[in-house]
Amino acid sequence: MATVKKDYKVIGSRPVRHDGVDKVTGKAIYSADFSISDLLHGKVLRSPIAHGIIKKIDTSKAEKLPGVRAIVTSKDFIGSSDKNIETAEDRNEGETTRLKYLRDNVLASDKLLYIGQPVAAVAATSSHIAEEAISLIELEYETLEPVLNTTQGLSSKSIIHQELETKELGTKVPGKTNLAEHIQHKLGDPEEAFKHAEIIVERELTTETVHQGYIEPHAATASWSKDGRITVWCSTQGAFPARDTTADILGVPISQVKVVPLEIGGGFGGKIPVYLEPVAALLSRASGHPVKLVMSRKEVFECTGPTPGTLMRVKIGADKSGKFIAAQAHLEFEAGAFPGSPVAAGSYCVFAAYDIPNVLIDGYDVIVNKAKTAAYRAPGATMAAFATETVIDEVAEKLQMDPAEIRLINTAKKGTRRADGPVYPTIGCEEVIKTIKDSEHYNSPITEPHVGRGIAIGYWFNVGLESACTISLSKNGTINLVEGSTDIGGTRTSIAMQAAEVLGLLPEDVIPSVVDTDSIGFTSVTGGSRTTYATGWAAYEAAIDVKNQMISKVAGIWSIDADNVEFEDGVFFSKQDTELKMTFKELAAKSGAPIVGRGSVSKGGMGAGGGSFAGAICDVKIDPETGKTTVLRFTCVQDAGKAIYPSFVEGQMQGGSVQGIGWALNEEYFMTDDGRMTNSSLLDYRMPTSLDLPMIDTIIVEVPSDGHPYGVRGVGEANIVSPPAAVANAIYNATGVRQSSLPMNPASITKGIQDHRSDILNSMNC
Amino acid sequence: MTQSKTYVRCTINGEDTEFLCEPRQSLLECLRDVLRLTGTKEGCNDGNCGACTIMLDDRIVTSCLVLGVEVNGKTITTIEGMASPEGLHPVQQAFLEEAALQCGICTPGFLIASKALLDTNPNPTEEEIRFWLANNLCRCTGYDKIVRAVVKAGEKIREG
Repeated sequence: MATVKKDYKVIGSRPVRHDGVDKVTGKAIYSADFSISDLLHGKVLRSPIAHGIIKKIDTSKAEKLPGVRAIVTSKDFIGSSDKNIETAEDRNEGETTRLKYLRDNVLASDKLLYIGQPVAAVAATSSHIAEEAISLIELEYETLEPVLNTTQGLSSKSIIHQELETKELGTKVPGKTNLAEHIQHKLGDPEEAFKHAEIIVERELTTETVHQGYIEPHAATASWSKDGRITVWCSTQGAFPARDTTADILGVPISQVKVVPLEIGGGFGGKIPVYLEPVAALLSRASGHPVKLVMSRKEVFECTGPTPGTLMRVKIGADKSGKFIAAQAHLEFEAGAFPGSPVAAGSYCVFAAYDIPNVLIDGYDVIVNKAKTAAYRAPGATMAAFATETVIDEVAEKLQMDPAEIRLINTAKKGTRRADGPVYPTIGCEEVIKTIKDSEHYNSPITEPHVGRGIAIGYWFNVGLESACTISLSKNGTINLVEGSTDIGGTRTSIAMQAAEVLGLLPEDVIPSVVDTDSIGFTSVTGGSRTTYATGWAAYEAAIDVKNQMISKVAGIWSIDADNVEFEDGVFFSKQDTELKMTFKELAAKSGAPIVGRGSVSKGGMGAGGGSFAGAICDVKIDPETGKTTVLRFTCVQDAGKAIYPSFVEGQMQGGSVQGIGWALNEEYFMTDDGRMTNSSLLDYRMPTSLDLPMIDTIIVEVPSDGHPYGVRGVGEANIVSPPAAVANAIYNATGVRQSSLPMNPASITKGIQDHRSDILNSMNC
Repeated sequence: MTQSKTYVRCTINGEDTEFLCEPRQSLLECLRDVLRLTGTKEGCNDGNCGACTIMLDDRIVTSCLVLGVEVNGKTITTIEGMASPEGLHPVQQAFLEEAALQCGICTPGFLIASKALLDTNPNPTEEEIRFWLANNLCRCTGYDKIVRAVVKAGEKIREG
């Protein structure tokens, strides 16, 4: 369908973003900046243990503290928790979620399931008083054996949810377990195919828990009015999904809740779930005041969804020419305290870049006593690619092939069937690999000792989902564009540009607004790399609607048939009478019924626009004595389909790359044996700083998507997928030691080097 | 009833300012909650993210690590005081033109720190910029466009 052309006027340009001035002058209102008359401040009491049974919650002393206005526990929820509901996320996957799980994650009812799980909440006249009150609540509990990784989860007799049954290939199997689900995808006959492989490489790899690390902690303010209406002001990746989940948890109809999205200080998937919103609402109902809750950084680390720790085994068989003939993956992902790790997404992405005829993938969603995992930028794909892309590197080495060449001869293309079912439309995997292979970076010589180069490829399938948009024409010829997608990184502008292109306007002629859930049609999350793609598409349709209404209007003025009117370069004209011309602005100034355009799209779930492929080239230098890794040079290559706003595409590529470098080298939760995170500060949870990094080079590849009017592919996520594997392959080439665990910190690198030296010495002695 | 708050008088963004604060309130809390200057952000409340960076007299500090009562008689500049009535400061303009912000939550801290660097050294090397800004965390951009924006702002400042 793509009407892809090259001579766009607005698309591909780099205007100043619409919300930019407010964000560089401190005027933009983020969630914690919000205030309202008569406001109380709340704090949350959280579980001090990873696994246990609640015996008693005594709030009597806290209630007596001057300034305390309300205390709530799970008993304050309306109606039974014992039912399944369909959340906004479920609706796309045909699933349901136990209401008890959603409620227990915001206020525990019977068991304590992870350190940091909310147990009770206080509203008081100041946050300091609320904090004092929290310390006066007496929580009695019985401690149970915690389950802290997938191996423990699958073998331990300590069962986290007594009622949980394993969903084994889609069917519930009776019996107590911590295995929430086993999924499997099979293509061809992998068992037979491996017998014919010239070479097989099989490795076991692990990754640790990593946090999204957005700089803005979660915050929410709620007001429960006496008429039953609930208003929530928060920073969220999806105002509508937040509204729906908040209503579900509170047991009220969605029509009773309005979510007003404030500016959002980063999310990366972690601000899709709701944590504080329902609790603030309960406190508001109990106190009769609006109540604001703001998390501390420690709460963000301990209590909000990180991405899971994993254990993976990947096996690849190739023939002499380097063609992959069979592949197998075993993926165990920690779900956290409730079902729902990103193992399914990991299973879709694990071999997604390659055309492999025989594949077996098993995925295991394992409950553990840690915070419920949440989406994190290409959820599940980064760990899976770390496994696949390091194994492929080893296959290439054993066959003495160039790492880019082996990827190129196996590349997925249009028509390739993935093991989980989908057949690719037009994709840019081959173009990304070729771009890497031909790049100046890849072909530049390495001359220094202890320096190595690695590459890797990554995929994210992207999602479409629902978006709505309206455009009102003003009499001065500008347009007001109303949308429901919360803007995390400049999407007001990338969406506005798509409308401007249709109407022959400049980006600054569009005034975009992100509005509350009462003021626009349902719009799904800013996530899944869907916003510029799907909400941009809704804006495109709304703009076409405006154009068509203007054509009807001018046809009426000229008393000709609308079919005879054309619009080009900002001018309406008659196809038959060259005298009849009117500019967009002239027509906008004419009186008449207001022109309001409407765009409303539903673009399916996974695979929207074919998804996006990205790749990384990384040069590292290793200090062999300390094991310190320095990233000397880094290039990210990504297929954007069509880059609407190239600076923002580069920004996504650079940001995703650097998060991936963080995963590769530093980031992990250090956990004690009783399930406590010991590095829950931004000093000890070491995200990359400016000093840790080189400039991040970007090469945007444009293979237009079949599934979008401008050929757009979402670019938010695929860029994080390949960096950890690229760094691992670079470290191997610098040290001669394969890394099998993330992060690859100095300790693991020096240990690897020492073990490697002993191996060499031993072999020399033999 | 005993008096629970302390009187503080200081200069904020060029204005003579008086406020009352509890002894336990940080300067960050005073700016945001007492004075409603919410442009200064809280990311960690322990001095490690730099989102609350302000100028205190002639030094950059993380305002979460300063108590409100400590600033009596001092001069403070926050992000709200960076632009002049004539327009944006060159570093603000450069951040916009170079797309050096995505979500924008770390931006006020980066702008204050970057301006402080350029005030003393309007022609910093990449290494000097990276070292100077290492106390400010950004999770969105990977720092590349921030470094470019600071270089560009330096050029604008040197041109006058």
